[in-house]
Parts: sequence; C-alpha cells; structure tokens
Amino acid sequence: MQDVLRDLYQEVILDHGKHPRNHRHPPAANRSARGYNPLCGDQVTVYLETDADGHISDVAFEGRGCAISIASASMMTEVLRGKTETEAQQLFDDFHRLCTEGGFTTEQAGTEDREALERLQVLAGVREFPVRVKCATLAWHAMTSALAGGDETTTE
Amino acid sequence: MALATDTLTEIGAGSNSTLAFDVERLREDFPILKQQVYGKPLVYLDSGSSSQKPRAVIDAMSELLETGYANVHRGAYYFSQTLTDRYEGVRKTVARFLNAASDQEIVFTRNVTEAINLVAHSFGNSLAAGDEVIITEMEHHANIVPWQLLRDRIGITLKVVPIAEDGSLRLDAYADMLTPRTRLVAITHVSNVLGSVNPMKEIIRLAHKAGALVLVDGAQAVVHGKVDVQDLDADFYAFTGHKLYGPTAIGVLYGKASLLTEMPPFLGGGDMIRSVSFSETTYADPPHRFEAGTPPIVEVIGLGAAIDYVTAIGHDAIAAHEAGLLAYATERLQQIDGLTIYGTAKEKAAIISFGLEGIHPHDIGTIIDREGVAIRVGHHCAQPLMECLGLPATARASFGLYNTPAEVDVLARALEKVKELFG
Ligand SMILES: Cc1ncc(COP(=O)(O)O)c(C=O)c1O
Repeated sequence: MQDVLRDLYQEVILDHGKHPRNHRHPPAANRSARGYNPLCGDQVTVYLETDADGHISDVAFEGRGCAISIASASMMTEVLRGKTETEAQQLFDDFHRLCTEGGFTTEQAGTEDREALERLQVLAGVREFPVRVKCATLAWHAMTSALAGGDETTTE
Repeated sequence: MALATDTLTEIGAGSNSTLAFDVERLREDFPILKQQVYGKPLVYLDSGSSSQKPRAVIDAMSELLETGYANVHRGAYYFSQTLTDRYEGVRKTVARFLNAASDQEIVFTRNVTEAINLVAHSFGNSLAAGDEVIITEMEHHANIVPWQLLRDRIGITLKVVPIAEDGSLRLDAYADMLTPRTRLVAITHVSNVLGSVNPMKEIIRLAHKAGALVLVDGAQAVVHGKVDVQDLDADFYAFTGHKLYGPTAIGVLYGKASLLTEMPPFLGGGDMIRSVSFSETTYADPPHRFEAGTPPIVEVIGLGAAIDYVTAIGHDAIAAHEAGLLAYATERLQQIDGLTIYGTAKEKAAIISFGLEGIHPHDIGTIIDREGVAIRVGHHCAQPLMECLGLPATARASFGLYNTPAEVDVLARALEKVKELFG
C-alpha cells in the first residue's frame, strides 16, 4: 500500500470515520448549519450550544459522508468545546492552512491551542489529494456558518 | 448482447465482425491508453462519463485546423465551400448512423443537454398549463431540469415513472400514467447509473397510442449498440459526441421533419435566418433554423470521424465485446465480500454501479486512483435517483470498446486493497 494513502487514511482517521464522536443532535443547541458538498452529495449538520459569554459549551454533528469528512467533523467536535467564536475561527484558519499549505507547521499557527492543532495534524494528509480538502473542511465551514448565522439557524 | 432488446436492431445472423474484434489492436488507436498514472498503467473505466479519443478523431480535427479551416455557410472561397460540404456531409453520416429518413432531421447542438433544452423550448413552449410531461426516476439532471424550468414557465405537470427493485423501469406504472393530457414522454434509453436498457420501442408505442410524443435521451445508448430512430419511431432522439469517442461541445438532436418544421427557433442569430429586417425576420428551414451562430465546425468534423470509426469496427462487434466485459466484471466483482451492485436489470449496458459495505464511494475512488484505476464516484448527475436508491453516492465502472478483462482484474484487486486499508 502506498505511503500517501497510509498517510491519508491513518488509524485515527479510520477510527473516527467508523465511530464518530458527538454524532448526535443536542437538544439545547442554539445554532446549527448544514454543510453540503455537491460534488459527492456528502452532508453534515453541525450543532452548537453557546453560553451567555459566547463560549461554545457543546458541539455535535449529524450526517453522512466519506471517511475524511466524517473523521474531520468528529475531531472538530472534540477540539472546539470551551472556545469563543474568535478562537474557533482562528483554529479553523490554522487547520485550513494545515490542509492546503505544504510548508505550514504548528509553530506558524495563530491559535493558542497548539495541542488541538497537533491532534488535527493527522488530517494534513489531504494536502496530497487536493479534491479531498473540501471533505476535510466541510464540517468546519458548517461550523463557521452556524456561528455567523446566529439565532436564525437555531432550529435548522 | 448487452443491448439486444426490441430497442435496438438485432445483429444480422452470419455477422462475423465479433471474430475480427481485436481489443489489443484497437487499444493502439487510443494514444492516451499508453499513459501512466502514479507509475501505474492507466485503467480507464469512466467512459460513461466521457470516452477517450482514437487517433482518427484527433487527426481529423488537427488536420482540418492545419490544412483546411474556414468558416462555413458564408465564404465564396475555396476553403469555406469545401468545408461547408464536409460539415454538411457529417449531417448525412449522422443520419445514416441513426437511420434517420433525411439529413434535414439532424440538428447539431453543443451536447445532449442543449438538445433537450432545445426541445423544452421550441416544442415545450407550445404546451399549455396542465399538459403533462412524463420523465422517470432514472433520468440524468439533463433530462429533469429543463422540464422543471418548463413547468415553472408555463405550469405543465411533471410526472415521474418509478423504477423496480432491479433498476428496470416500471412499465406497468408508466402505462397507467399516460392520459389524454400527456403531451411528451422524455426518457433515457439507457440509465447512466444503473445501466438498465429501457424497452424503448414499447414505451414509444404506448405513448403514441395515448397521443403523446417521445424524446429519447440516447447519451448512453448510441455508444453501446445500434440505434434506429425509424424502427423505434422516436419523435426526438438526442446524443452527445464526447461519449461516442468524439470531441466535446458537439451533440445531436434528431427530430422528425414534420415536428421540426412546425417548431419555432431556440436561439436567434446568424445562420438560422432566411432574411432579417427590423420590421420582420424570417427563419431558415430545419435543421439550420436551430443552429444559430457559427457552429462547432471542428467538433462536427471530429464527430464524423468518430462515427466512421465505430461504424468501421461494427456495432455488433462492440456490443458483443462489451457484453462480455459486463458479464465478466459482474461475476468478478460479486466475488468481493461486502460488495453490492446497484442495477441488475436483465437488459443492461456495460455500466456497473456498486458500493463496498462501510466504505464511502469517495474513499474508494481516491484509493484505487493510486492504482491507476479511473472510475466515477458520486451521484452521477442523478441525485433524485440516488434518493430513490437511498444512497448518497455510488462508485461506477463503465466500459468502452477498449477495455479488457485484465483491466477488470486490476479493478477487482484495487478494491481488495481498499478493503485491506479500511480493515
Ligand atoms: C443519460 C445521460 N444524459 C445526459 C447526459 C449529459 O451529457 P452532456 O453533458 O454531454 O450534455 C449524460 C452524461 O453525463 C448522460 O449519461
């Protein structure tokens, strides 16, 4: 098996793909948005619960898709809890660069949460597969549009 | 025979072209098949999406550009006149290819999508609110969206014929759907996802009995077997050049002369007029009425070369070869644990949609790409069908005249690797 494929489909990714974490619809979610990849029909809905001072207190998702998009959504839900909108957006910017820029290292990141970015590093294999970058970022795009949409997207 | 239904002309007894079919020699005609992908020989199993081009097509187009190019229907000089003759000659080639009664029934379009849109406008606009157009669950978006646009324009009713479990059309349901208000049945001859071959002759017979016309989307059908529009009694028949080993940006609409004559233009401009003044413009007769502007001249010449190429090999021989591939691939893929084939209709063209248990088609596509195997994954521009099947996507291997059983083996081994990787 080729190394680029092993890099892309690492054990961690396959595990999250098969057993996604936080794959549920939290009843207290106050924001949500659907991410849709028209190329392959994949779709995920990201649910957020934000508290009074703007922190993400719960994050979950539902949906179907390829191993990359589901693993990425699952891992996203694990690193976002407790973050403010700005921090979440910053982490996404760094993650996006991780998935697209060859020379990008966690040292160059803007986020304070290096540990989170290091966990997301396993998804950096998509760099070698440009058409799959959309899969890796699908849930993240949905997350940012849920944040941007505010209350309007509360009940899907 | 993959397409030996009532929809396609039977192969003449005593035809021995099958014996002459030498796939290894034919592969030599397709320069791209020598390419490697990630160091592996290219195994191209996506001809249903677009087929590769033989040397004859490539040469016909580049020779024209190097030695004889000019505009058509305009110049009073040598190159323009000789090229106009060649351009119109391809119309005759297409007419023979479909067995149309006259070359005046052949309209050049950009692709099958544009051909269907042409009918949806020029014929569709004559319909009234409440008139019915029937399509099916297995249509490509190209044969759904133009009718939805027509529905939004004038309020026709769009009805959808369901498919059976095996991916064949529910002919009984279709027959029940025809009413005196049915004006048009727009239906694919062969499903691009399931491979199902629809019993077109019977479908058309029933429509005509109910007083409705039939438009056939032949994009996948002309590739796999002989089509005879007069035998079918089709009112409109459309196909696209790039799936038929020809270039992109050239499609064909066949329409019965009596219908085309009555239809107003689709697009307006040069070439489609008889005379123009600010007070009144009169239109050319069909087919030129429907060919506004400078046509895809080089592509028409390329299409002519493609049709000559497949005709020389012989429909029967190609159909027999592909039927063999379909049978072998079906058997070989079914041996893979956890693999499901979607579409098992009795009459089937060389198209296999499938899934692997627990593995998304997108991941399959990425992994076997690294083995040099090109297949299509996704919804195949047939999202409503995917919904009917309850699937977000499928993987699809589609075969052309240049594919071999050895390539099926490469596909099967690559799929085993996918399973290995996913544990
Ligand atoms: C059945 C069918 N109809 C229509 C089309 C559209 O062809 P084109 O994009 O060349 O118009 C395709 C090919 O994608 C097809 O398979």
